[in-house]
Amino acid sequence: MTLIEAENAIIEEFSMYEEWLDKYEYLIELGKSLKDYPEEAKTDEKLIKGCQSRVWLDHKVEEGKIIFNADSDAIITKGIISLLIGLYSGRTAQEILSSDFSVVEKIGLKENLSPTRANGLVSMIAKIREVAMAV
Amino acid sequence: MNVHEIRSMFPALSRKVYGKDLVYLDNAATSQRVHTVIDEWNRISSESNANIHRAVHRLADEATQAYEAARDAVKDFLNAAGREEIVFTSGTTAAVNLVAFCYGEAFVKEGDEVVVTEAEHHSNIVPWQMMCKRKGAVLKVLPVDDYGHLKVDMLDEILTDRTRIVAVTHISNVLGIINPVKEIIEKCHAKGVPVLVDGAQGAVHCRVDVQDLGCDFYVFSGHKLYAATGTGVLYGKRKWLDAMPPYMGGGEMVGTVTFAETTYAPLPMKFEAGTQNFASAATLKQAIEFINLLNDNKLVEYNDKIRDYLLDYFQKDERIRLFGVPRGTSQEKIPLFSFVVDGVHHEDLALILDKMGIAVRSGQMCAEPVMDRFGVTGMLRVSVAPYNTMEEAEYFVKCLNKAIDMLM
Repeated sequence: MTLIEAENAIIEEFSMYEEWLDKYEYLIELGKSLKDYPEEAKTDEKLIKGCQSRVWLDHKVEEGKIIFNADSDAIITKGIISLLIGLYSGRTAQEILSSDFSVVEKIGLKENLSPTRANGLVSMIAKIREVAMAV
Repeated sequence: MNVHEIRSMFPALSRKVYGKDLVYLDNAATSQRVHTVIDEWNRISSESNANIHRAVHRLADEATQAYEAARDAVKDFLNAAGREEIVFTSGTTAAVNLVAFCYGEAFVKEGDEVVVTEAEHHSNIVPWQMMCKRKGAVLKVLPVDDYGHLKVDMLDEILTDRTRIVAVTHISNVLGIINPVKEIIEKCHAKGVPVLVDGAQGAVHCRVDVQDLGCDFYVFSGHKLYAATGTGVLYGKRKWLDAMPPYMGGGEMVGTVTFAETTYAPLPMKFEAGTQNFASAATLKQAIEFINLLNDNKLVEYNDKIRDYLLDYFQKDERIRLFGVPRGTSQEKIPLFSFVVDGVHHEDLALILDKMGIAVRSGQMCAEPVMDRFGVTGMLRVSVAPYNTMEEAEYFVKCLNKAIDMLM
């Protein structure tokens, strides 16, 4: 699936849930599906600043593709970063940087988060872009 | 009066969020505004918008009268000895900063000591810390016990002949326990130490009589007390306010100004430099009138019932750890409950409750030392106002349980 296809799939998935609580249930499930994140990788360096809850984002590069892993102490936040990882992990830097990240607006995530949490989301995206640019 | 009549006085309470009835339980941060406050603010803004105190024209006169009427209302509300002891500020934070700076300038020297408590809001810590740094003074801390009560007995050892001031909260915004401020003030005064009481929560929930308490300073905010935001009060005993230098220089706080020397205006104007937030400050009068209405016995009883219901719930549910627990009767506590659910992040709970129409607070609540004291990174807080109903409290408990189930 290309990145645009994956983004569209998420937008469609989200459009099926009318109630916000259902969207949260979906995010909670996504959060739980994230694979184990090693305790030793919970360093300040990997901590994303600007989030109310703590979010760590780690990455490695394999065959030109960036593999992300992340964790958070709050499950909904973990669901959000899980959603982003689902989209952007395993892709080349070029692919990631080709995205305008408007998916988060299209699924209504940004406008329905409080400003402090929206900032956290912006910080997560900025970190993913930063990693892609550095590779 | 019954609670439904009280509710109808608050326009915000009839709105919906996400298609659900709003259940507003973040009152300790900002209370909703009573319509008389909104009306007065609108009236001044649309009819009497002019600089207070300065001009002789009609609009300025009306604005001045409204502003000064609020000062009289606050004087009566606190039972201050004189209206010159009431200084308007932008809020509790500004009032503490004013005292920390000006009192510090006048009375604190290198090696002196300032005492705060472990239960304080950042607003009653950081200004003192800044002053101590500037003056080379030492900040000392009175701890709280495991139940969230101040260890008042320890004051005897903490107070020394170098203690210059004690700053203590009337009621912690996290713990909700009514502190024995009168006893603390007596202990401090016995050693000649003045006391500032942070009344941000206390002014809302207790009947404050500053002469009976004997406090040297009492500070509170309007926005937690049904008034407009950007308003606050510094009560200070005249002898201290007279002895303190001004905080900010500017218009209206002066006697005569020449380039060689300036004399200052008498109290309270000495501390009210510049054009004041007069339309908002004026609404303190309507807010206080509303509070006087609440002293109706039936309403107090009803509110106590909601507090007891929630206290009982929080103490019985084994998944919940409540911070700030009465040692004796529930009367020691205001209807404010901060807690954690082990294994569930407070932020997740707040987010889900929000989507159920319930507004609560999550996080450190500007009181990191309290979080550290109890070994948590944050808490969830529900704070009840006299316009909240028992049905809302029951709905909250139901939703909280649903949210915990979703997250566990």
